[in-house]
Amino acid sequence: MGSAHSVPAEMRELADRTGFTSEQIEHLHRRFKQLSQDQLTIRKENFDSIPDLEFNPIRGKIVHAFFDKRNLRQESDGLVDEINFEDFLTIMSYFRPIEMNMDEEQLDRFRKEKLKFLFHMYDSDHDGKITLQEYRNVVEELLSGNPHLEKESARSIADGAMMEAASICVGQMGPDQVYEGITFEDFLKMWQGIDIETKMHVRFLNMETIAHCY
Amino acid sequence: MRQVSGVGLLLGLMALPVALGQRSSESAKNSNQSFAIVSFKWDHVKEPYIIALWILVASLAKIVFHLSHKVTRVVPESALLIVLGIVLGGIVLAADHIASFTLTPTVFFFYLLPPIVLDAGYFMPNRLFFGNLGTILLYAVIGTVWNAATTGLSLYGVYLTGIMGKLNSGVLDFLLFGSLIAAVDPVAVLAVFEEVHVNEVLFIIVFGESLLNDAVTVVLYNVFESFVAIGPTNVTGIECLKGIVSFFVVSLGGTLVGIFFAFLLSLVSRFTKHVRIIEPGFVFIISYLSYLTAEMLSLSAILAITFCGICCQKYVKANISEQSSTTVRYTMKMMASGAETIIFMFLGISAVNPDIWMWNTAFILLTLVFISVYRVIGVVLQTWILNRYRTVQLEIIDQVVMSYGGLRGAVAFALVALLDKDKVHDKNLFVSTTIIVVFFTVIFQGLTIKPLVQWLKVKKSEHREPKLNEKLHGRAFDHILSAIEDISGQIGHHYLRDKWSNFDRKFLRKILMRRSAQKSRDQILNVFHELNLKDAISYVAEGERRGSLAFIRSPSTDNMVNVDFSTPLPSTVESSVSYLLREKAGPVCLDMQALEQRRKSIRDTEDTLAHHTLQQYLYKPRQERNSSVIPNGTIPSENPVQDFTLKEKDLEFSESEENNDYETLHLGKGVDFLANVTQQNFTDNPAGDMDHDVEMTEYSSSDDQLNQNGSVSVNPLHFFPSCLQMPWTQNYSSLENRGNISLSSVSEYIASCDPNVPDLFWESGTDTNNKETVNSGYCSEVSYKSENSQEENSLLIFEGLEDSYLKEPQEKKMLLDVQGNYRSAAARRVQSRRSFHRPKPLQHPKLQKLASLPASCHVPPHSLEQEETQL
Repeated sequence: MGSAHSVPAEMRELADRTGFTSEQIEHLHRRFKQLSQDQLTIRKENFDSIPDLEFNPIRGKIVHAFFDKRNLRQESDGLVDEINFEDFLTIMSYFRPIEMNMDEEQLDRFRKEKLKFLFHMYDSDHDGKITLQEYRNVVEELLSGNPHLEKESARSIADGAMMEAASICVGQMGPDQVYEGITFEDFLKMWQGIDIETKMHVRFLNMETIAHCY
Repeated sequence: MRQVSGVGLLLGLMALPVALGQRSSESAKNSNQSFAIVSFKWDHVKEPYIIALWILVASLAKIVFHLSHKVTRVVPESALLIVLGIVLGGIVLAADHIASFTLTPTVFFFYLLPPIVLDAGYFMPNRLFFGNLGTILLYAVIGTVWNAATTGLSLYGVYLTGIMGKLNSGVLDFLLFGSLIAAVDPVAVLAVFEEVHVNEVLFIIVFGESLLNDAVTVVLYNVFESFVAIGPTNVTGIECLKGIVSFFVVSLGGTLVGIFFAFLLSLVSRFTKHVRIIEPGFVFIISYLSYLTAEMLSLSAILAITFCGICCQKYVKANISEQSSTTVRYTMKMMASGAETIIFMFLGISAVNPDIWMWNTAFILLTLVFISVYRVIGVVLQTWILNRYRTVQLEIIDQVVMSYGGLRGAVAFALVALLDKDKVHDKNLFVSTTIIVVFFTVIFQGLTIKPLVQWLKVKKSEHREPKLNEKLHGRAFDHILSAIEDISGQIGHHYLRDKWSNFDRKFLRKILMRRSAQKSRDQILNVFHELNLKDAISYVAEGERRGSLAFIRSPSTDNMVNVDFSTPLPSTVESSVSYLLREKAGPVCLDMQALEQRRKSIRDTEDTLAHHTLQQYLYKPRQERNSSVIPNGTIPSENPVQDFTLKEKDLEFSESEENNDYETLHLGKGVDFLANVTQQNFTDNPAGDMDHDVEMTEYSSSDDQLNQNGSVSVNPLHFFPSCLQMPWTQNYSSLENRGNISLSSVSEYIASCDPNVPDLFWESGTDTNNKETVNSGYCSEVSYKSENSQEENSLLIFEGLEDSYLKEPQEKKMLLDVQGNYRSAAARRVQSRRSFHRPKPLQHPKLQKLASLPASCHVPPHSLEQEETQL
């Protein structure tokens, strides 16, 4: 509990901004230091040291997302080379579970933020659209865990999904219209009716009970 | 009773050899007993006959119930069956003066319960189940113990006050009764909740609880029964400790037995390739063995068969052929549903037995009150604890439904019927009370739970069509979340799941799955496959609707199918998904359920307009061949999966071609000119932009041509004079070498027809197309058109043909608008898929030129369409 007392103001500020409790922040801070080997920032290479990540088929995309400026709530576009603890928390805060006392508007914003994170992960060239090529890449990576599946299959699945997306999002198209890619609005449309809030979350250990043991 | 029938059976069995013996030894002493040609041997068949009759009655009753939709919508089937059982029991009692048919525990536990539980386990949504396992276990274990203890002790407490009068029971008897009445019954829960359609989380919690609490019930029941037997004075602490230990042994042992048999079953199913016929049998036999084995070892049999089903489903479904899979599904559902029907009916029948009734108002009423109240208290308390740990909170509404859904059923009845009257002196009271409790919960709560759920606006489960995107994102989620857990350094739910699926992929699948199944077994592939299958099914359904299934069956279709399946397109088909799936499944088996759903949704769109658009738009390829119209046109497209889609496209084309045959024939003179125009146009075309994409489409359009010619022309062969057959064969052969693209083949074909024989041609065309209109001759043309292609064709006819060609795109748009209120999501999907790839017809200079041609050379929409695909 020591550090919590030493920098309460900073902690509170972080807690306010990210919505984590101070215990959770503390826990994440420990993890952060572990990952960064006691440095102030994390670089991409640091993620290589996590053994369990190795088998994750979309590992590259996920790690990439940590360094994506759009996810870090920065105005500009592009990638950063290293992230500090606050950035780390920002990314983590996308995965907070919903809280009971949220009202409709908050819920909506919360949902959008989560979806935005996902969208950014797919939209690798930052043009605000998931093009077919990008979608194919993602699907290929997703299915790469299955060694028997060939790239062609993944590609055709991506194509099928893209068709479906187009039909959901645009519905009726003029004969000369061409569907260029999934925009974020389309993305929201596709997620209508699926409660992502209950899916896209990680139960961050609530350290309240454990913290006393230290 | 039993002895008599046994003797009867024996006699019956002996009758045959005896009769034969008599015949062979004619000279024997029994000359007075001649050989009977027909003999009435009721006793011989009595037992199975009565059983079969009862099953028949129960099944017929189900039919009768569903005749009236109003009744079944309000009253759950289980309640109706119980009432029917009571009535039937009354009749039997009145006739026989003895209650001859009751639900015996042996029959229930050995024959009726296993199929229901196996069905539940085998079709358990595993992800949901294991995701909520903690919650389920808490309710199943702590909840049941709580219910049993509080109900039993409260009843005993009230008994001590003397309200119930004098009973021959001690505290242990009450606890025994409490333990058997405490358990929520899987059969009753399933029967009622399946009709209510609450959301899946709520359902899985209530249902999972009812399945898993069996272990607790069995242990409590056994413990208290033995305690009652040895007498309250001999119950020591050690005995109680033994009871607690036995709980773990019984539950974990049962689970392990189930897992062991699941492993065995998966392994066996891996090697059944050459005995497909008995493949489904293994599923039933081995799971049943798991049940019996657990029963033999006095472990929890329900847990064993549940876990056998849960664990094996993934591997078995992957291993067995699709037909076997359908067989398993339907047999299982049939047996489960049949068993359920019989159980409820016999519960009703069993109640009509004056020997078992012993009324004690206070006891019965208080039991009802206590089980309801303690259920509510238990649920609220446990949910309060659980909500501190659950991310998806269980809200008050959920708790109400969970408390209210605590139905008691046949398990309790069978257990109470098992009691030994010598040891438990108040057995009859317990039996009567159990019956009342079961009836009350099933009938009253079953009746009211639906309105309650509606009134409380409980989140209902909605049946959604599987979406590819949803599955893909879901998969991405799994990986993201497990990665986040890895990165943030916690061992959570996703972490465990991730590790398990890695383990599963690395070891289990290799052992338990067929090699080919390992390939194709991926959920995303399944959804993809399913969607494609749906399109295929709708294709068949649509063909049937049009009454022209004939042309689907005709040789031309084989042709089509050959293009798709048998002659693999070089290098692409091999790796395509459907190829993979086909390799595994052999002939594609259209799942009956999907077929049904599909039909329904098609029926929704019954009106003619929709019908027309369906025809027009349904059979569009899932994959677009021409990558320039897929988003981001720069991608070189070598879409591999075109097998299904090719077929769809072909059908559509052939259909529209038929339409346009009429038109061109109608036009008569213009035909020759038209042919020239198209030909010219065509030959101009490749020079313009001959790039990769065009190559692709040309290639495919030649395929289309092939099939068009097949589908239209092969049939008319029967009608056509031989001179007409010639052009067809010519075209056909010219198409075979694919470099030569005969876009104009249709027109050529038409052109080479003698304009004097349009009648003949037309009639045969109608025949292939719409059987109903065949007899009405020429006049039917208009009616046919107005029915099938109202918008487009009638306009074309009546408004003159000059600029109808120009109008066409707009009309298409109009059609799309009309379609807006489509209910079938699939149709919508397909429809917009069609519009999605729809190219720009008017922008091509060649077409502009065409448009400026005189009216007489109106280009039939079909050849237009072909042009379009080339652009």
